[in-house]
Amino acid sequence: MADTGIGASVRRKEDQRFITGRGHYTDDLNRPGQAYAFFVRSPHAHARIKSVNTAAAARSPGVIGVFTGQDVAADKLGSIPCGWGVTQKDGKPMNAPPHMPLAADKARYVGDQVALVVAETYNQARDAAEKVVVDYEVLPASVDLAATAKKGAPVIHDQAPNNVCFVWGLGDEAATKAAFAKAHHVAKLNLVNNRVIPNAIEPRAAIGDFDTGDDSYTLYVTSQNPHLARLVISAFVQIAPESKLRVVAPDVGGGFGSKIFIYAEECVVTWASRKVGRPVKWTAERFESFLSDAHGRDHLTHVELALDKDGKFLGLRVDTTANMGAYLSNFASAIPTYLYGTLLQGVYTTAAIYCEVTSVFTNTVPVDAVRGAGRPEATYLIERIVDVAASDMGIDRAEIRRRNFIAAIAFPYQTQVALQYDSGNYGASLEKALTMIDYAGFEKRRKEAAGRGKLRGIGLASYIEACGIAPSQVVGSLGAGVGLYEAGQVRFDATGNVTVFTGSHTHGQSHETTFAQIVSDYLGVPFEKIEVVHGDSGRIPFGMGTYGSRSLAVGGSAIVRAMDKVIAKGRRIAAHLLEASEADIEFKAGKFSVKGTDRAKTIGEIAFAAYVPHNYPLSELEPGLDETAFYDPANFTFPAGTHVCEVEIDRDTGVVAVERWVAVDDFGRIINPMVVAGQVQGGVAHGVGQALCEAAVYDKSGQLLTGSYMDYCMPRAGDLPSIEVDTTVTLCTHNPLGVKGCGETGAIAAPATLINAIVDALAPLGVKHIEMPATSQRVWQAIHSAS
Amino acid sequence: MHDFRYHRPSSVDEAVKLLAGKSDARVMAGGMTLIPTLKQRLAKLTDVIDLAAIKELKGIKVEGKAVTIGAMTPHHEVASSIAVKKAIPALAALAAGIGDPHVRHRGTIGGAVANNDPTADYTAAVLALNATVKTNKRSIAADSFFKGLFETALGEGELITAVSFPVVDKAAYMKFANPASRYAIVGVFVAKSGASVRTAVTGAASCVFRCAPIETALAKSFAPEAIASVMIDGKDFNSDIHASAEYRAHLVRVMAQRAVAAAA
Ligand SMILES: Cc1cc2nc3c(=O)[nH]c(=O)nc-3n(C[C@H](O)[C@H](O)[C@H](O)COP(=O)(O)OP(=O)(O)OC[C@H]3O[C@@H](n4cnc5c(N)ncnc54)[C@H](O)[C@@H]3O)c2cc1C
Repeated sequence: MADTGIGASVRRKEDQRFITGRGHYTDDLNRPGQAYAFFVRSPHAHARIKSVNTAAAARSPGVIGVFTGQDVAADKLGSIPCGWGVTQKDGKPMNAPPHMPLAADKARYVGDQVALVVAETYNQARDAAEKVVVDYEVLPASVDLAATAKKGAPVIHDQAPNNVCFVWGLGDEAATKAAFAKAHHVAKLNLVNNRVIPNAIEPRAAIGDFDTGDDSYTLYVTSQNPHLARLVISAFVQIAPESKLRVVAPDVGGGFGSKIFIYAEECVVTWASRKVGRPVKWTAERFESFLSDAHGRDHLTHVELALDKDGKFLGLRVDTTANMGAYLSNFASAIPTYLYGTLLQGVYTTAAIYCEVTSVFTNTVPVDAVRGAGRPEATYLIERIVDVAASDMGIDRAEIRRRNFIAAIAFPYQTQVALQYDSGNYGASLEKALTMIDYAGFEKRRKEAAGRGKLRGIGLASYIEACGIAPSQVVGSLGAGVGLYEAGQVRFDATGNVTVFTGSHTHGQSHETTFAQIVSDYLGVPFEKIEVVHGDSGRIPFGMGTYGSRSLAVGGSAIVRAMDKVIAKGRRIAAHLLEASEADIEFKAGKFSVKGTDRAKTIGEIAFAAYVPHNYPLSELEPGLDETAFYDPANFTFPAGTHVCEVEIDRDTGVVAVERWVAVDDFGRIINPMVVAGQVQGGVAHGVGQALCEAAVYDKSGQLLTGSYMDYCMPRAGDLPSIEVDTTVTLCTHNPLGVKGCGETGAIAAPATLINAIVDALAPLGVKHIEMPATSQRVWQAIHSAS
Repeated sequence: MHDFRYHRPSSVDEAVKLLAGKSDARVMAGGMTLIPTLKQRLAKLTDVIDLAAIKELKGIKVEGKAVTIGAMTPHHEVASSIAVKKAIPALAALAAGIGDPHVRHRGTIGGAVANNDPTADYTAAVLALNATVKTNKRSIAADSFFKGLFETALGEGELITAVSFPVVDKAAYMKFANPASRYAIVGVFVAKSGASVRTAVTGAASCVFRCAPIETALAKSFAPEAIASVMIDGKDFNSDIHASAEYRAHLVRVMAQRAVAAAA
């Protein structure tokens, strides 16, 4: 069993279909009688919609229906909600303006959905869309994050004066002030966390399919969480009761957060399928992905760190302005607050922390979670200011971290910012990473590179993140609109195969493999006899989906709990069959046996007895072997670790080459090391992209300048060295698997690691900071102005 | 994409006839620029005339002191041609650095030169190597071929049939690629033939151009140091989110120096 159980690098089950082109993505699906949709989008960042004339479009060949914001209003569809209500510093609720599925009054960003055309073919829909005449009164746009809350900026929503969504605080303001008052040194930094576009390889797509036979809807959609989509479209947008809406998220080609959210397009095609009496398919063109997938990050921050004379952190003060874009996306408000402020303890014993976040609207695409969501922002500012402090005070960067780490014996550790860390050993990861990269020998390498005319630098970041989202009562008390448990169902059939139904959703994370490994390991059933089903609200129990590195910690735990129930029932069946008392039955490696004897039944035999209950205690036990569990985590999980990298900079051009990358992470117990390494490598690539080249850039009028791959730069394989991955292990103390989560850490650790290395390389020239993305132009500019 | 009529002629004459009198007809080489333009609905054509079946437009010939490349020859073929590598290695290396493998297998020299994208690579080779653009009507010298942003000397109904490059003593191309698109932010091609030095710069301005100060300095001494302090006037250079005019001007000098160092 060991070769397919927990800890084995089992090859991925899903690869057969993905590598041979047999995956079933939403756009691969076609429903009988299907029509095609194209959305009319606003070309203006901010404009009053005076009228929409659809007459010519309606007469265009092949057109079945044209719909506008007025039709949406007439049918009384609800607003797409923000699922997390943040309470402001002054006790007031945040300003949450409505977001109607088709804009009726104003368009608020370039790409905003204004009308829908449904036609026999995609081209006909697109031709007709060009004939929809929208009379816009173009308004001045508020695009600049730094200026949008200032007096005189154009107001985007009447419900949000000064374009402010909320002003929120966390931590002890007075204690922090006192800490700064007694500081020996205060390190200060202004920094930008750049705006990124998620860029899943599969664009978003949706098919709404209304069945006139029973008044029910099916929505096939690129979603990370089909039940959440069902809940929102039902309870908030009010298209159909949950019992009349099935949401299927089939194979999904990457999400990175962007497919958590319930978007206007999928609501509208579901609704429209009833209006036209036909299934309606929409698949985004890549330009639509750039213009309508929720973007990520986009913070302006001022940070200050107070230190005593030995370099101990006394206090941390953070002031952030966070961009929400034009509307509140479903979790937008949670990202720069509960997934950000709560992480500002980092891995350090900083005695006092205070953070204030002003979240604002701009005439840009809505901003929400992208891989890491809040935690990369927190890590970036902490690990940058720690480096600045080290440089200011002349302390080695590894040493200043050692002096401030929360000690391995200090757990559970109550932070100053609400969270309680359950386990960790930050020093262990740091030391291992330093050894792997030969930190001690770096100055020799710097010299050697200088001989070749290159500036070599080394940088490190010791990150922590909170994932395994999340204890329902905790998040409920903080404003979440949903619970964040997960469901798992383990079903034997009569012939001993197991089907696992999970509320988690895999869109690259390999659940079909790793979940099967867990089940194989626990139940002693061969790996090949286990199928994992996900993504279809018609088949799986109500689950919350995949984001926040929660699938294994929460979804995997639910499956373990369901297996506990299977084993408990199996024990009773075995006791009956083996004529022993239940207390004498033990379960190991797929067999129920009577303690101290060789009398035993395999779990397959037990399953057969449960489904063919001829010799079975029917008076006290139901037949069947099929158990469901809902698991609500007791706490977040806290993966942590240290990444170190080395860069070389070409002085003449400013080009940064990433020469080495070492990642040492603590993910708790590891189920499949190969899958974990893949997640780390992908995450690092994502973070390197943010630090080196990715940036969503708008011009003053609110046009997205980086609306295609000609201008939006994604990292490529050739931009990365082979990433050296290793781990240290402290188990999570509160979930049955002892697991923490690994899907986001690379993207969390990498930006700070890389920028620290670049600044180190440039430090001999007197450079103290460089903004992301550190493009060659920016680096050259820094070199140029320094010399 | 809007609907259009698709033609696949088997000779240049037939292609020219198909073009005649149709204002919204266009020839297609590998479609690497044309197809995305159509898909994005930036152009609406009545007729697309695919040159793929015209044998006379394909292939590479090295005769005497010239390398002649048929208009429909894809970049990959130039990049991997042993004859080109021997005669003008810089040209093969340039072709190998265009886009990605897909683009190199579809994109053609004829399409690239006719399109005259301000950030394309081949245009720099044509200009620096003093190549001749051959069409169905005439031969056009490089110096009078590139007219401005996406503009060339090609007239109506005029097709590129081949580009002929003279073999030179030494040449090299250095490209500073746009990290997103991989087109040139700045590309500099230097070529030395006897006492004459020609230098073409792509990516920096609205059209590929020859850089007189560099040519003059290199004609005196063909060495990187000779242009170390040459002033590049960037006042008409492109400035965008990837590179300011100032940065481009700096890169022109750096790439020129590197090209000289690499010239073989
Ligand atoms: C992703 C991508 C990356 C790229 N990267 C680079 C790069 O790094 N460097 C670079 O230089 N280029 C690059 N290109 C451009 C590419 O190399 C092609 O050369 C260019 O797109 C022309 O393509 P084509 O030959 O298929 O011509 P087409 O797209 O078929 O045609 C282009 C134009 O030329 C006309 N035309 C074609 N053939 C002839 C002819 N024989 N006579 C007259 N007119 C003609 C057509 O009517 C059309 O107007 C890239 C392209 C893509 C799509």
